[in-house]
Amino acid sequence: MAAHTVKAFDDDLDQLRASIAEMGGLAEAAISESLRALMQNDLEAAMRVIANDKKLDALESEIERNVVQLIALRAPMADDLREVVAALKIAGVVERIGDYAKNIAKRVHVIEAAAHIEPLSLLPEMGRIVGEMVHNVLNAFAARDADLAVQVCDRDRAVDDFYNSIFRTLLTFMMETPHLITPATHLLFIAKNLERIGDHATNVAEMVYFAATGEQMTERHKGEDGTGDWTDD
Amino acid sequence: MSDETLNDLAAHQQASHANDAAPKMTARDVSVFYGDKMAIDTVSIDVSQENVTAFIGPSGCGKSTFLRTLNRMNDTIPSARVEGRIDLDGEDIYSSGMDVVQLRARVGMVFQKPNPFPKSIYENVAYGPRIHGLASGKAEMDEVVEKSLKRAGLWEEVKDRLTESGTALSGGQQQRLCIARAIAVDPEVILMDEPCSALDPIATAKIEELIHELRGRYAIVIVTHNMQQAARVSQRTAFFHLGHLIEYGDTSEIFTNPRETRTKDYITGRYG
Repeated sequence: MAAHTVKAFDDDLDQLRASIAEMGGLAEAAISESLRALMQNDLEAAMRVIANDKKLDALESEIERNVVQLIALRAPMADDLREVVAALKIAGVVERIGDYAKNIAKRVHVIEAAAHIEPLSLLPEMGRIVGEMVHNVLNAFAARDADLAVQVCDRDRAVDDFYNSIFRTLLTFMMETPHLITPATHLLFIAKNLERIGDHATNVAEMVYFAATGEQMTERHKGEDGTGDWTDD
Repeated sequence: MSDETLNDLAAHQQASHANDAAPKMTARDVSVFYGDKMAIDTVSIDVSQENVTAFIGPSGCGKSTFLRTLNRMNDTIPSARVEGRIDLDGEDIYSSGMDVVQLRARVGMVFQKPNPFPKSIYENVAYGPRIHGLASGKAEMDEVVEKSLKRAGLWEEVKDRLTESGTALSGGQQQRLCIARAIAVDPEVILMDEPCSALDPIATAKIEELIHELRGRYAIVIVTHNMQQAARVSQRTAFFHLGHLIEYGDTSEIFTNPRETRTKDYITGRYG
């Protein structure tokens, strides 16, 4: 991509991309750290995840300010405009992803008693996949790579499969072990949080695809939400 | 890109609007030469009645030259030569039977620098209708002048000073006076060659609002260096580069998702 005649414009865009990448790195770390805290019952690590979420909030505000300023001062056009608008939306979504990770961290202390609930072992792998989705989709944004964005969407099916499997297993577990319904429900929420993160990464992929190509991602690329009929979204 | 591809592209872009009403003006394989130098290279384009059409492109791309072929203003340049065909309502404007004075009444023009006659505001507007015999008697002429000044959004500002010189008005008012002068002869097409480049932002906004109001009543073609202006006032945008028509399409598409790399580089500020 050729540079802009006004170099400061490129500097502004680079700054924006760097902020998005920083948000992505923080969100990814929050996902993996919250799950590590969960698995190792590390309450301090959970507290750190919760505290670090403020950084994501601050970065989102900073990106919003920068985008408004960039639109006002540089009047971006065409793919520049699409990228800037995408950055604004992506910042909002990544902040939300951070909230889900924070929510997982908040549940660490209640799960303590439930380390032997079987589906717990599935969560790290599920978390690894959604973490990679977040990582890859933000790489796709940085590289304006529509193909990589489509690949991220494809992986959401695996996340949905994980969620469906955990849902069924936990339901059975709760029926058999009523005194552990409380921690099991928290685990279910954690799985749901991860599933939502996957959906958000998919939404970001659609934004990246539009920013890169100027076309909406087709339904074929998007796949379907495989979380089954018994979910409300 | 070869000329054939460009023409295919133009034909395709026009075909995608095949359901629109017949175009007001059509240009087919139009080339313009200044002496040996080719300024416009086989351009085909349709101009519709209901849309404002903007021509954009870097200096020297041929957009003003092409605009001037639409009412044969290039005839006044001895070395200029036009090839191809340009129709107004299906009639070849370069045919020998075409009365150029009549043509320029039907296809009016507003220039970069406001150029009112050194006469009264009233006379500036009345001049055209008078030489074309469009008004019989004082009362009818008063009506034409008032109607034209109203349509040009200038009436309220000048109705009590119609006898003052047109050149005494501000730049923006002068430009609106020139638009009123163009409107007074009841044209079908109005060509505007960078009509706001000598105006301040407020006067520019008034002209842009005027273009919006005049849309539909007249086919309007505007050449502008200000891409934001093209984006604001037009529904169709044509991008010219080195005498070629690179891309012609809906303004909203051109500015959000241009098809051609050269268009994209130009509108995003990556040109040259």
